[in-house]
Amino acid sequence: MSVLAVAGRELRGLFVTPFGWIALAVMQFVAAWLFLVQLEGFVQLQARLAAVAGAPGVTDLVVAPALAQVGVLLLLVMPLVSMRAISGERQAGTLQLLLAAPLSAGEIVLGKFLGALGFGLLALGLLGLMPLALLVGTALDLGKLLAGMLGLVLLVGTLAAIGLLLSTLVTQPAAAAAGTFGLLLLLWVADSGAPADSALAWISLSNHLQPFLRGIVDTADVAYYLLLTATCLVLSARRLEGGRRG
Amino acid sequence: MSAELLVQVEGLRRDYGARCAIRDLDFSVARGEVLGLLGPNGAGKSTTLQVLSGCLAATAGRVTLAGHDIVHAPRRAKSALGYLPEQPPLHRALTVDEYLDFCARLHGLRGARLRAARERAKARCGLVADGRRLIAQLSKGYQQRVGIAQAILHDPPVVILDEPTVGLDPNQIREIRALVHDLGREHAVILSTHILPEVEAVCDRVLILYQGRAVYSDRVAEAGRQGAATELVCAFRAPPEEERLAALDGVEQVEALGAGRFLLRHAPGAGPAETLVAAAVAGGWGLLELSPRRPTLEQLFVELTCREELA
Repeated sequence: MSVLAVAGRELRGLFVTPFGWIALAVMQFVAAWLFLVQLEGFVQLQARLAAVAGAPGVTDLVVAPALAQVGVLLLLVMPLVSMRAISGERQAGTLQLLLAAPLSAGEIVLGKFLGALGFGLLALGLLGLMPLALLVGTALDLGKLLAGMLGLVLLVGTLAAIGLLLSTLVTQPAAAAAGTFGLLLLLWVADSGAPADSALAWISLSNHLQPFLRGIVDTADVAYYLLLTATCLVLSARRLEGGRRG
Repeated sequence: MSAELLVQVEGLRRDYGARCAIRDLDFSVARGEVLGLLGPNGAGKSTTLQVLSGCLAATAGRVTLAGHDIVHAPRRAKSALGYLPEQPPLHRALTVDEYLDFCARLHGLRGARLRAARERAKARCGLVADGRRLIAQLSKGYQQRVGIAQAILHDPPVVILDEPTVGLDPNQIREIRALVHDLGREHAVILSTHILPEVEAVCDRVLILYQGRAVYSDRVAEAGRQGAATELVCAFRAPPEEERLAALDGVEQVEALGAGRFLLRHAPGAGPAETLVAAAVAGGWGLLELSPRRPTLEQLFVELTCREELA
């Protein structure tokens, strides 16, 4: 239960300062802009597409690219969400409150992770409303939309876990954010130029997101995100525990 | 001692890389006892308390809180602990109530018990009217109170306070001392400070640390009886010559303090007070003041922590 107290504190901590609100607003604004550009393009193409049998529909041409852009936005914002998790507490001297409380290092890490994940899910929920709004005017392939959202949920968890790990490794939040951002960007573009069956393609964050956006839920992709998340959380807990010895 | 030992420390050692911060530390604190941890800056006080609270791991040795080993049963040991670190671990963006509620939840308190605990801690620390104020806007003294409130919130048997009166004004210091004294009745309290009168005012026992070692450990009352020299301060309206004072039985040395005041040194147990009074009456010196000066904890402290530096 104390885990939830930590998670709630982490999540609320993002909103007692303007950061949380601004981050949500900026993401929403940028995503809306990109979404409307996408929609505009589709509307112009629509007449020609109607003539082609088996042409891709609005879900493929508007929703999938919009969700892919949401993935990039999360990649940009999540390092700022997770950067303070441990390093900020260390810097403010509040980490001792958690260390002296009846909580294991694993519980502290889990609470922090759930807090950051909560923010990611909140952002995803708001951003997901946009493609959903198309339902007013047209029919959507809801299966594909759900698959895409599932992929993004897994992605945001992984982003939060990687950010959390970096936050336990360095003492300055800004350094944690910069490190996380660099690492995520590398993982994101790792597959560019690499053959589809290479190791580089396999470790790429974006490569594993693509099938979800096409409506394919592959256990290999799900496992990739979950394993990466779990590994980062375990390493974070070990690092936090090791910090007592340091 | 038959009282329940709530804190037991055996052979504690902590290294920072090649530097040894504390070594060979053994002590225990029973329920109903206040232990003062005393020492110059850098003696290892904060390190000791951080190890006791589980924030730092010991390099060697054992810490047991309320019967639970801090390494093998950390959850139970820490449930029995309230800890105020040197820098109060405050979330500045929260109000006092929000912060205390969070701390209570960390200790597993919920609902009515949480509210009761929060209100009791606030009442004990003089924060009743400040529940809705932001911690960032509180003065240093009030922030310190919130830190203490956090430490006693869940009514832990063991309370560890690292320099609790730093930054407080004299009235607040008195309140905090009264609080610590109060806590000392049912809890085991460990208090670190470098303010000597504080130890004399609130602690039952004192542990003096110097360069990571315990150089003195005894009851505070005993500390006053240690040390060799004993002194007597006296003042006269019509002061006699120094030689006449020096000639009195038992007086070993006379030092003029000015304005008719003198410091007389004598052997322990052979105070010249009685002969001095008789001589003063006979000589019409007009005795205004006569007070024995006991060796204080301060002298003991200076003796213990400077001696080794010279050696």
